[in-house]
Amino acid sequence: MDEKDRILLHLLEENCRTPVSELAVLAEVSEEDVKDRISRLEAAGAIRRYSAVVDWERAGDGKVTAVIELKVSPERDFGYDRIAERLTRFPQVRSLRLMTGIYDLQLLVAGPSMHEIARFVSEQIAPMNRIRETATHIIMKTYKENGTTFAEREEVEHLPYSF
Amino acid sequence: MRDFVSERARAIPPSGIRRFFDIAQTMEDVISLGVGEPDFVTPWCVCEASIYSIEQGSTAYTSNKGTPQLRGAISRYLDTRFNTRYDADKEIIVTCGVSEAADIAIRAVVDPGDEVLVAEPCYVSYIPCVSLAGGIPVSVPCRAEDEFRLTADALAERITPRTKVLVANFPNNPTGGVMQEADWRAIADLLVDHDLLLISDEVYAELTYDGGHFSPATIPELFERTITLNGFSKAFAMTGWRIGYLCAPAEIAAAALKIHQYVALCAPVMGQIAAYEALRIGEAEKDAMVREYRLRRNLFVDGLNKLGLSCHVPKGAFYAFPSVESTGMTDTEFAEALLREQHVAVVPGSVLGPSGVGHLRCAYAVSRDDLKEALSRMGTFLESIK
Repeated sequence: MDEKDRILLHLLEENCRTPVSELAVLAEVSEEDVKDRISRLEAAGAIRRYSAVVDWERAGDGKVTAVIELKVSPERDFGYDRIAERLTRFPQVRSLRLMTGIYDLQLLVAGPSMHEIARFVSEQIAPMNRIRETATHIIMKTYKENGTTFAEREEVEHLPYSF
Repeated sequence: MRDFVSERARAIPPSGIRRFFDIAQTMEDVISLGVGEPDFVTPWCVCEASIYSIEQGSTAYTSNKGTPQLRGAISRYLDTRFNTRYDADKEIIVTCGVSEAADIAIRAVVDPGDEVLVAEPCYVSYIPCVSLAGGIPVSVPCRAEDEFRLTADALAERITPRTKVLVANFPNNPTGGVMQEADWRAIADLLVDHDLLLISDEVYAELTYDGGHFSPATIPELFERTITLNGFSKAFAMTGWRIGYLCAPAEIAAAALKIHQYVALCAPVMGQIAAYEALRIGEAEKDAMVREYRLRRNLFVDGLNKLGLSCHVPKGAFYAFPSVESTGMTDTEFAEALLREQHVAVVPGSVLGPSGVGHLRCAYAVSRDDLKEALSRMGTFLESIK
């Protein structure tokens, strides 16, 4: 990966719908080169997919989201990987990370209601082998997601002219 | 009653932009490319440190020349970043923005009747500052065909036995022109042979896009005859904090300090603390802003050229300086009509010096979305005058 790739990745991360012609101008390369580079980055898995940052609250379809922490007994030879692999298969699990600290795995779980999330945790997650303890934290409000601030700030006024 | 306004104050011409300002004030949806300031807010880490210092009660005067911490940090920064070495104690003065630094630098070295060469197009304050000091400003043109660099030929033509100082600003406001090492070396001999002093305003030094900034004081024979000006406004998006600095050999710095202590006492302490933090931890955010300016430059200059407003690719600062020659309008007519009809504010180049005639200064320190909208409105405007 070189500097031009890095610029393209930043631009796509910021807005993956930016047209190739504009990407070319911004990154100071040809349109053909942009297409080649993007194909390569896709093939290499550096670009996983193209998605929108949705504010579901605003969209009028508010979901309940919770951070769930798990204490897990690691397995000989596999550590946390096998249990993590099983957890990733649940569509309710939006993200999953291995963490330092008191708990081992951290899940972000989304569901239609608090009740649904409680049911999911108690019936699906907690009884799994090697899970020793769970802690569920309901997300009350999202202020910033993937670098995007949700609250609107008042624009600072600039003078129309200065030297 | 007498007329109390002094001859000197009266002699300063009124701002060439006042009328535009008044028109823009009446409009709701102006896209302003007329502002020489970043649209970014100061990096939060810098703001936070300053807020904390106020809570701790840091609200008093500082040393006239600025806090020792800030001067030390500036000295180290200039050394590592631009290879210029200034002693924190004797050769650096923290000022209320580069505006004040330019004023006290000029007043520290100009006597009545001295001729002061000013490389133009340029920031509007140098010439009035020279006049207020009793000096005689002499414009030295930087031309589009030279990518707005200052050339030895242009300089040599205007040197007389009364010439004492050259004021230059690179990367340049309004043209975006830069001077590389070879460009400075080409005029260094002239400065030495005619025993001239250089005032080098380098406030856009961090904003270079194709190769780094070259500071003329790094040329050994120029160091002793150079006053380097710089500040935090542009690089760290800190315009409102008003923190700049003047660096000069000790004797000149001491003279400038006398003026500074009587006119300003010291730069605001909150700003000095913020500036120190900017140097300490602001580099990553500064670099991110510079990368963004480069993207904006690419987008905007490409758009201007596609519209037929020919524009060289500026290598520094955050201004594009397209020519309106192809439209048959003067820069002032074009800028005024564009503002009235399409609500896009730009500065006519003629306001910034005779070599700016026929050009527009467009600051691309606004979001890419605003730049696209501005280009689209400019396109509509150009269609309407065909």
